[in-house]
Amino acid sequence: MFNSSLKELSALLSGRKTSSVELTQEFLKRIDAKNPELNAFITVDHDKSLAQARAADTLISAGKAQPLTGIPFAQKDIFCAKDWITTCGSRMLSNFVSPYDAHVIERFNAAGAVNLGKTNMDEFAMGSSNETSHYGPVRNPWDKKAVPGGSSGGSAAAVAARMAPAATGTDTGGSIRQPAALCGISGIKPTYGLVSRYGMIAFASSLDQGGPMAKSAEDLAWMLNLMVGFDARDSTSLDRPFEDYSRDLDLPLAGLRIGIPSEYFAQGLSSDVERVVLEAIRFYEKLGATVVDVSLPNTKLSIPVYYVLAPAEASSNLSRYDGVRYGYRSPEYSDLTEMYENSRAEGFGAEVKRRIMVGTYVLSHGYYDAYYIQAQKLRRLIARDFSESFEKCDVIMGPTSPSTAFDIGEKGDDPVQMYLSDIYTIAVNLAGLPGMSIPAGFGANGRPIGLQIIGNYFSEAKMLNVAHQYQKSTDWHRQMPSI
Amino acid sequence: MSISLNEVKRIASLARIAVSDVEAEAARAQLDGIFGLIEEMQAVDAGDIEPMSHAQEIVLRLRNDAVTEVDQHEAFQKGAPEVEAGLYLVPQVIE
Repeated sequence: MFNSSLKELSALLSGRKTSSVELTQEFLKRIDAKNPELNAFITVDHDKSLAQARAADTLISAGKAQPLTGIPFAQKDIFCAKDWITTCGSRMLSNFVSPYDAHVIERFNAAGAVNLGKTNMDEFAMGSSNETSHYGPVRNPWDKKAVPGGSSGGSAAAVAARMAPAATGTDTGGSIRQPAALCGISGIKPTYGLVSRYGMIAFASSLDQGGPMAKSAEDLAWMLNLMVGFDARDSTSLDRPFEDYSRDLDLPLAGLRIGIPSEYFAQGLSSDVERVVLEAIRFYEKLGATVVDVSLPNTKLSIPVYYVLAPAEASSNLSRYDGVRYGYRSPEYSDLTEMYENSRAEGFGAEVKRRIMVGTYVLSHGYYDAYYIQAQKLRRLIARDFSESFEKCDVIMGPTSPSTAFDIGEKGDDPVQMYLSDIYTIAVNLAGLPGMSIPAGFGANGRPIGLQIIGNYFSEAKMLNVAHQYQKSTDWHRQMPSI
Repeated sequence: MSISLNEVKRIASLARIAVSDVEAEAARAQLDGIFGLIEEMQAVDAGDIEPMSHAQEIVLRLRNDAVTEVDQHEAFQKGAPEVEAGLYLVPQVIE
């Protein structure tokens, strides 16, 4: 059951081979057994989950089931869920019981799905290793010395360890794709604007995008069908007709043109990741694809551009945490300013404070043009690189991360070293394109390696087709850690 | 570029984050590293390229000028640190 696809679970439920309550209990049992070691969940609430499961069973008995009714999903703790503690990995929100549901949560609830719990994450999604969480680091199920990646590391570890059939994540600079790669699962960041950001706690609003994390491309397609949709409460939500993201899964790949950017195979890429990714691309050639060289010459600029724009947006978004209306308030202050300053100093962790300060600086008087406007200009150059490349190819392929999962504590106290590990994922967010990662092999140390697939705007169905065809003839995505 | 201790304290104050001298010194070293990384942008002459603020060329929607929110202040204030008579309490700011 733990290895079953969403399609298989759906069939088990509709065929009355199992009930949602049984299914939910099995996964909760597994969470109780494994979470003390892995720390993938911040909040688990048996009563709430089982109440949803009972309601789902009633729907199924009444013949009112939808495809995902009764299936339990882990939710990243960045999504507000009514009456659930929603921390965003921060001390600032350690006591925040959300009074409302995020649009994504509403969608899962309306489908009769079960919320299995809230997963651990880097604080306010700022991190690539899950080490910035106030609730402690998540451990990689493939090797507990290793990080699971971040920021959706709890979701990735939960799916990899089969503590949940699938999970949600969010991706601002790689936070779905990189942990998916490092934990050996599949994940997709959709085109910016497809999944509503309403109730998804904001980090960098022009880059943040929610998406699914699961064991296979087919499962991702099923989840996208639920998660994508217009929402008037998000001013950047796109109003587009419904798309069935599973419609093209079975199309053959003959004639597919795969763009290979030389910049993604340059200095800094570890040799085992390079070998695995090139092997996967050769496999695609066997499936009928052709390879073309493309160039993304501004790739290197994506890191500095991102570390201006994302902190700038974050410094503005996180100004709402003032200790007045909700969240943490310091017990010690003598006046209003000190109350703000102490609440924010004690409520935020070091990385979040660093990024707020960088953002405050680049937006401050005298620096705005040199940093913020310059970064926005370069953002356009980075987006143009992609649109020129997509004139020659259907998808772009390369590594998701330059190395396999690193050890917890390995990057030490140097934030820049951590930032550089996002070199292959960040540009996709700046351009607003869809990107995904699927498992493609293992490194010399036995840790998983992901293949990144980048598509043109709104080409998710094509990307899922490309990923599904690979998964039909390989079994990397079926491998699971022995924990 | 190198950032001074006073600048770190000024930024922290603008961001309303209390920092001790020790914390400011530690932050200074790390911010130096980050600004060093950001400086790489300055090598590019971006000329008159139009700044890109958003991934999609969208125009913000307008909605009808009608009340859409219902009053939920009691539910929202449940999580507030200090509330009295429907108002958020903060230290006195006017003598």
